[in-house]
Amino acid sequence: MTESIIELKNVSKSFGNVLALSGVNLHVNDHEVLGLIGDNGAGKSTLIKIISGVHAPNSGEIYVRGKLHKKWDVNIARKNGIETVYQDRALAEQQSITRNIFMGREKAGMLGFLDLKKERAEAEKLMRDIGFTSRVFSPDSVVFTLSGGERQGVAIARALHFKAELIILDEPTTALSLTESEKVFRFVTHARDEGTSCIFISHNIYHAYDISDRFVVLDRGQVVLESDKTRITADELVKSMQNIASSGHAE
Amino acid sequence: MLSDATYGGQRVTMSTTEKTPQLVTVPTNRTGVILTKFIRDNRRPLSALVFFIVLIAIFMVANPRLFLNSQIYNAVFVSLPISIILVVPLVFIVTTGEIDLSFPSVVGICAWAFASGIQAEINPILCFLAMLVVGCVAGLVNGFLVTRIKLSSLVATLGMNFLLRGLIYIGRQGYGITTSQLRDTPFFNFFVGDLDGFPVHMIWGILFALAGWFLFSRHRFGAQVAVVGDNQDSAKEMGINVARVKTTAYVYMGLAAALAGLLSTLINATFYPTTGDGYLLPVLAAVFVGGTPTWGGVGTVVGGVIGAFIVGFIETGIVASGLTGYYTQFFYGLVIILSLVSHRFNQGRTRY
Repeated sequence: MTESIIELKNVSKSFGNVLALSGVNLHVNDHEVLGLIGDNGAGKSTLIKIISGVHAPNSGEIYVRGKLHKKWDVNIARKNGIETVYQDRALAEQQSITRNIFMGREKAGMLGFLDLKKERAEAEKLMRDIGFTSRVFSPDSVVFTLSGGERQGVAIARALHFKAELIILDEPTTALSLTESEKVFRFVTHARDEGTSCIFISHNIYHAYDISDRFVVLDRGQVVLESDKTRITADELVKSMQNIASSGHAE
Repeated sequence: MLSDATYGGQRVTMSTTEKTPQLVTVPTNRTGVILTKFIRDNRRPLSALVFFIVLIAIFMVANPRLFLNSQIYNAVFVSLPISIILVVPLVFIVTTGEIDLSFPSVVGICAWAFASGIQAEINPILCFLAMLVVGCVAGLVNGFLVTRIKLSSLVATLGMNFLLRGLIYIGRQGYGITTSQLRDTPFFNFFVGDLDGFPVHMIWGILFALAGWFLFSRHRFGAQVAVVGDNQDSAKEMGINVARVKTTAYVYMGLAAALAGLLSTLINATFYPTTGDGYLLPVLAAVFVGGTPTWGGVGTVVGGVIGAFIVGFIETGIVASGLTGYYTQFFYGLVIILSLVSHRFNQGRTRY
C-alpha cells in the first residue's frame, strides 16, 4: 500500500456517555475518492470533524503522510492540505465568484491593494477547468445567482486553488436535484484527476457508489464494511447495508 | 440540449449533453458591453445619482435662479464635506452588518480635545494628532463592545453617543471654547481656507471620499468588510479575523469623526458642546439614500457620497424654493422613503 494522505488508527470518540466512534481505522490514498456511507447517527459527522480538526478524539492516532500528529486542530489540518466543504456555510452569497474564491486569501500587493485583474483571471481559469460551463457565468457572477451544485463547485474550486490534498465533502448532494448532483460529481471527478483526493459523505448509497473508488460503511460508530469499487456492485452494497440495519448490531 | 444566451457581452453557446462542454465566445459590440457592465455593477450609486438629478431639477423648476446664487453653494459646502467624511466610514460599518450611532459625540469629544489644546496654546498640529488619538480610542471602545463583549452595535453605540456627549456637558458645563485665534493661520488655511473662492474643506471631503472608495473597492480591507457583513461564519472559516475587521471599521469611523470635528471647529471658529450633534440623522440617511442596504455584505461609497449631496441640498433647496424651514423635515422623510423605494425596485442581483 502506498503512503496515505491521512490515516486514522483505532480512533474513538464519545460525548458524555454516548460512544460516537469506537476503534475506527480509516485511510485515504492519493488520487482517490473515498465514499463514507452510513445512516444518520452512524458517526459520519463525528468522523469527519475529527479529520478536519473540529473535534479531538478521546483515543487513537492520526497520521498524515505517515507522520504521527499528537496535536491536531482545524489550523493544523488546513496546513496539511485538508479542506472541508460544507453545504452552505463557506460562501458569501452576495459576493462575486472571484471574491469568494479569494476570501481571506486575497491577492494583494504592497499596502494591501488588490490585484483584481489577476484574481479575476485566475478565477476564470479555475471555473473553466473545473467544468463550469453548464450555464452562463462569469467570475463576476454573484454567488446568489448560482444553483446549489454550482455553489459546491465554487467551494471545491477554491479548495483546489489553494492546493488542498484532501477535500472533505459533507453531504454535498443532499437537497440537490439529479442534474445538480451530476455537476457535483463532475467537480469531484475533476478534483481527483487533478490529484486531489476526496472524502464523499452521503447517506445515498447510489450517489456515493457512482462517484467513489472505495467505500467505508459506518454503523453505530464502527467501520462495518470496507471495499474497493471493483469488488462490489451498488446492489450488493445496498443489500449489505440492509443486512447491517436489520441485524441490529455491527459485526 | 442546446442553449445559448448573451452574458457580459459574450455570446456563449454550450451543450449540456456532452461530457466536455464547449465554450464558444464571439465578441459583440464593445462599447455597449462596457456600458451595460458599468450600469450593472453600479446600479445602486447610479440610481442615487438619478434621484439627485431629479431632486435638483425639481428645485430648479421651483426657482430657476436657485443655482445661479453662489450663496447656496457656500451654505451647502460648510456642512457637506463634514457629512461626506462621516458617511464614508459609516458605509463600511453598515456593510459589515453593524451600525454606529456614536459618531456625533465622537466628533464632539474630538473637537473638545482639539479646542482645549488650542486654548492651552499648544501647537495646532499636536492638537490635531491628539484628537486623532481620541477618535481612534473611541473606535476601539466601540469595536471592543461590539466584537468582544458582543453587544448589539445599535444599542452599544447609542449608549456611547449619550455617554460621550454627557461627558462633554459635565466637563464644559455647557460652555464652548473659541478657537478664533487660529483664523488665517497656515494651519487654518490648509484645512478650511479658500482656494480662489472654492472652499478647501470641500477638497478634503472629496479626497477623503476617493481614498474611501479605493479602500472599499480595491483593497483587502474593503473585500473583507463585505465578506464579513455577508456571512460571518464563512469569513471565519476562511481564516478572516472578523473581530479585527469590524474593530478596524470602527477605528476608521473614529478617525473620520476626529477630522470632521477639526473642520467643524475651524469653520465655526468655536467648539460648541453640541458640536457634531446635528449630523446623526443626515449622515445615517445619506448612507441608505445612497443605496447601501441595511443588511450588510454590500455597500457603496460613491452612493453614500451622492446621498450626502442629496441630503445636503434638501434643506437649502427647500428654503431657496420659497418654502419655509418648516417643510424640511417633511421633505427629508419623503426623500428617504422614496429613495429606498427606488432602490428596492432596482436591486436585481442581490438578496431576494
